[in-house]
Order: sequence, then C-alpha cells, then structure tokens
Amino acid sequence: MLQGTGAQIIIHLLERQGVRLIAGIPGGSNLPLYDALAQSRSIRHVLARHEQAAGFMAQGMARSTGRPGVCFATSGPGATNLLTAVADAKLDSVPLVCITGQVPSALIGTDAFQEVDTYGMSIPVTKHNYLVRSARDLLRVIPEAFRLAASGRPGPVLIDVPKDVQQQSVEFPAWPEPGRPEPPPEVPAGELGRAADWIRAAERPILYLGGGVIQSGADAPVLRLAEKAGLPAVTSLMGLGAVPAEHDCNLGLLGMHGAPCANLALEECDLLIAAGARFDDRATGRPEAFCPRAAILHIDIDPGELGKIKSPRVAIAGDVARVFEALLPRVLRNPRREWLERVAQLKARHPLALPGGEDPRQPYGLIRRAAAVLGPEAIIATDVGQHQMWTAQAYPWPRPRQWLTSGGLGTMGFGLPAALGAALAHPGRTVACFTGDGSLLMNIQELATLADEGANVKIILMNNRSLGLVRQQQELFYGRRVFAVDCSQRVDFLRIARGFGLGAHDLGDGMDPGATLERALRSRGPCLIHAPIDTREMVYPMVPPGAANKDMLGGETHELARR
Amino acid sequence: MNWPAGEAEGRRRPAVLELTVHNHPGVMSHICGLFARRAYNLEGILCLPLPGGARSRIWLRLDEDRRLDQVVSQVQKLQDVLAVKRHGAGHEVFSDLERFFQD
Repeated sequence: MLQGTGAQIIIHLLERQGVRLIAGIPGGSNLPLYDALAQSRSIRHVLARHEQAAGFMAQGMARSTGRPGVCFATSGPGATNLLTAVADAKLDSVPLVCITGQVPSALIGTDAFQEVDTYGMSIPVTKHNYLVRSARDLLRVIPEAFRLAASGRPGPVLIDVPKDVQQQSVEFPAWPEPGRPEPPPEVPAGELGRAADWIRAAERPILYLGGGVIQSGADAPVLRLAEKAGLPAVTSLMGLGAVPAEHDCNLGLLGMHGAPCANLALEECDLLIAAGARFDDRATGRPEAFCPRAAILHIDIDPGELGKIKSPRVAIAGDVARVFEALLPRVLRNPRREWLERVAQLKARHPLALPGGEDPRQPYGLIRRAAAVLGPEAIIATDVGQHQMWTAQAYPWPRPRQWLTSGGLGTMGFGLPAALGAALAHPGRTVACFTGDGSLLMNIQELATLADEGANVKIILMNNRSLGLVRQQQELFYGRRVFAVDCSQRVDFLRIARGFGLGAHDLGDGMDPGATLERALRSRGPCLIHAPIDTREMVYPMVPPGAANKDMLGGETHELARR
Repeated sequence: MNWPAGEAEGRRRPAVLELTVHNHPGVMSHICGLFARRAYNLEGILCLPLPGGARSRIWLRLDEDRRLDQVVSQVQKLQDVLAVKRHGAGHEVFSDLERFFQD
C-alpha cells in the first residue's frame, strides 16, 4: 500500500502531471500544501505578491504553452483575490488548475478566520470546481481537474481543499494515471457535406477566426483551406495570429477597433464561416446588423456557442482543426477571382490607418519599431486599454500563441504577471509587455516578483497619465465631459522600477527614442521602458458601443476633439 | 443582466426538464445558479436521490421562452449533469404534487 497526506498526494499528482512551475502565495490554510511543495524536486514555486497575479502568471504559462497553468492561494482573501484571474480564464477559455486552501472541515460554515465560500463564489467563473471532503478523493479529483481544464473548450478548474484534508493521512493501492485531454469528438459527416456545399455555392465567403483556432492548433489547415477555396479571413482579438498578419488572405481584426476593410467586407459577404469564435459584442457590434447578407456556418467545440447569438445555417460542434482537415478534400479549388479582387480593392481603399507608424514617439511607431527589434520569436503580452488596441492593430502577428491578452474580461493588471508567467515557461524567449500607466498600477507589486526571477520581460509602458480608453469614450460619447480619468499625480515610473531593482529606460529623455528602445529590448533580463504618450491620442476606428460595425468613427472625429 | 420586458413574460408556455445528476453537495447550486444569473425563474424544483444514492433526479418546471435552448445547452455542459430530457407542460410529476401546494 502507498501512503501519504492529502498535501503530499496533491504535490505528487502534480509532479506526475508534468507540472514544473506553480505560482502562488502561502497562508494559514494552505501551509500543509506548501510544506509538501518544499519537498518537491521537480516543481519550482514562484512567489507572487498578490494572488490575482499568481492566477495571471499561471495564465501566461497556459496561454503560451497550451497546457494547464497551476496556481495556489490560501483561503479567504487569497481565494477572493484569485477569482478575477479565474474569471478572466473562463471568458478566454484558458486551462487553469487553481488549488485553494480552505479552513478545516469542522469550521466550515462558522465564519472562521479567513473563511469564505470559495466553492460557491467560484461556480459561475469556473468550468468546474470541487470542495474536497477527504484526502482519498484527491486521487480522483486532481487528474480529473487536469482532464477537464484541457478537454473540449478549455477553462479554469478550482479545487478547494480544507486544511484537515491536506493533513489527513491515507493509504491507497496505486497512483492514478495523470489526467489528459479527451480526444475531440468525431466530426459528423453529414454536416461536413452541407458545409462544403455552402462553401462551394458561396460567392463572397469570409472566414471569421477566433481563439478556438489557436486553442485547437488549426492554423495550418485553416490557411490551407483559405488558399485552396479562395477564402479571405478576419480575426477576432483572441484569433490574432491564426493567420499570418501579412498574408494576402488576411483582412485583419474585425469589430470595435478593427480594420475598416474587415468590417466593410463583412457587410458584403454572403457566407460567414465562423471558426472557434463566439460572436462577442466587441467583435460583432449590433448583432442584427452583423453580416446582414450572410448565411452563417459556425464551427465550435462548445455546442453551447452554436446559435447563442446568431442562428447558423450549418452548425458543427467539433474541434476546429479536425473539421478543417476533413473539409479540405471536400472543398473544390476555387480561385474566386472576382471576390478576391473586390477584397483587395477594399484593403487598398480602406486599410487600417497607422498614423505615426514611422515615429517611435507615437503609439503605432513605437509598436512597429519594437516589433522590428523583437522579431517573430518574441511573445507579446498586453494589459487592457488603448495600448492593447494599438498593439492588436499594429503588431505584425506572424504565428499563434504569441499574443497574450485579456479579451473577454478585459482585466487591467493582466499584462505584467501574464508576461512573467510566459517568460518563466519559455526561458529562452524575450517577452514584451505593452502596458499603460492605469493598467500597470493595478498589479505593479509584481515588479518585485519580476526582479526576483530575473525573467526576460521588457515592459513597454505607454504613459499618457490617463485612463485613455475611458477618456476616449467620454470625449466621443459623453459630450467631452472628461471626468475621473486623469492621473494628476505624476508617478515617476522610472524611479519605481529602479526601486524594485529593475533597469529603466526613458524614451522621453530627449535622446533618440528609437535607439534607446532598441538598446533596452536587446539588453539582458527584465527592464521597464517608459514611453510618454500624448493624452489626446485616440484609438481609431471606433464603432460606438451598441452600433453596427459599418458605422465606424474615424480620425475626423479625433481632429474635432483636439480643437 | 436585464432582459427586455416581455422577453421573460411574453409567451408563458410551461415546460418541464428532467435531469439526472451526480448526488453531492453543490450540484443543485450549479444548476440553480445557471438559471438565476440569467434572471430565468424556476417555477418548480423537485429533487430526490435515485436508488443507490450516487445519482439524483431533478425535475424543473419553468416557463419556456426563447432563452430555453441556450440554457439547456449550458446545463448539459455541467460536469455533474449526466442527462437532460425535455417534457411538455403538465407532466404528472408536478400535477400529482399540486395537492401539497394549496394556500
């Protein structure tokens, strides 16, 4: 018979899963777990300075590798702090296994010190969750959690373990097999035939690619089908990198801050092939006005997404990569000359404008210059706000799993810890984190973790001393009544970074900013690059919330706002 | 989430759902939460363990509206839900109980 405490069982099962990195913070209710973790030879622990950041570090590992990220937190505030990162993972379908300590079983329900109903609070933000009631149950729960997190549509799983269960010693006959993702379901042949018929009959089809294309590793078959059947493609924020940005078929980002040519082409299309995408309101604008002339062919691993927002003519519940591979032989080669000419014309007449794209003192120029230095191997994380949209628009995305951003939940504070998690999972790569002053301040304590780890993260701080995307909405839609968005306190981020023990570079020091940027990005180890940005800069185009995508506001409104 | 008026009240067509679920604390909370956070009222809930005790049967009575298909597909995704069947109104499981619900 084998024997161990609940805590030892958890750590050994994590080792058997192949987990090498865990982010977390210890506290009263997970100390047995930490005591067992200290004995592990193969798992390294990264001490976050806030549990939300531990969750985002685990996300950075998961988003960049595709494997579940693991994080630990204690009961009460540890668990509540973690929940934002869990909710973020739920909305972006990121596989996480979160293990929280809980007060001892006998104290549950007594308002014990640092007791909250972690199980109850995590129900709506997890794919599945557990409150473990005996150490023996862990032998089933831990592998099951890894299987669920990574199967089908991935998502976060939370396991709440009372302290006495961590301490309870049990005997058991054998270790269970590690939890592995289930093989995707068989593709229904009848639906495939119908899908191929629709693609054949369509005159103006468009692929709408979401994060599911990246999750399922479908980028290669998607591109082959696009080339064979003459299909132009738009991508959602989560789908960036699903097709190379510079490829002829790519129309770019759709939606609120998308490329005008992408939104306009969708107005004309007669068949929308949505793959691994969920018709989010930031992508579709007013749903009734989205692709008004198109029949919809929707492919998604989650049957709950089919018909949720728009009624598809053909719906395939399946793995996007498998479905596209199965479609390839069924779809005829079609140059689709007329439509592709029209698409090329739209791209030429209504491209995404990148004003200042050559000037590293302006947002687009800074991003383009950084991209040129960083090269295709770098991983790019962002926070949430104007800098995120500028980066999504201007970065020349060459490949999947390069782009880490908080899409669905839009969590400011995501960038730095996610970048750090990705850097720890890929020690040989450079990770750049584009952030803003508002976002960076929401998890700035992680500069301490970054300095501890010495990970290769370059923080590019676009500082407009304002909550820019909120300010932009006030300027455009609230009669320019700018309120509660300006940070009057001039925070000295360079001194802050240095105070945490990090190198810092200022692009606003009057020297050549392009040269400073390049030198900083090519230096070894972590640093902060401070880039002052004009507060009046806006993200264009912009579809007003609730409007149709064809009603994009362009730069002319910007000029008015400046006067 | 605020649903437009009439969305929930428009067509009041009762429906009955029959769920087979794992029997452990928390399952009911998962299921009821799915409806509650969509402001979708459950008019009747009946739950008892199946023989053996490892599984339970849950009967739900609700008013059918156009959100029902979506909610059912979300219920089917819950890990503790093993099967979902839809029945029309007036299923005897609730009509037999009416004598316990007199004012």
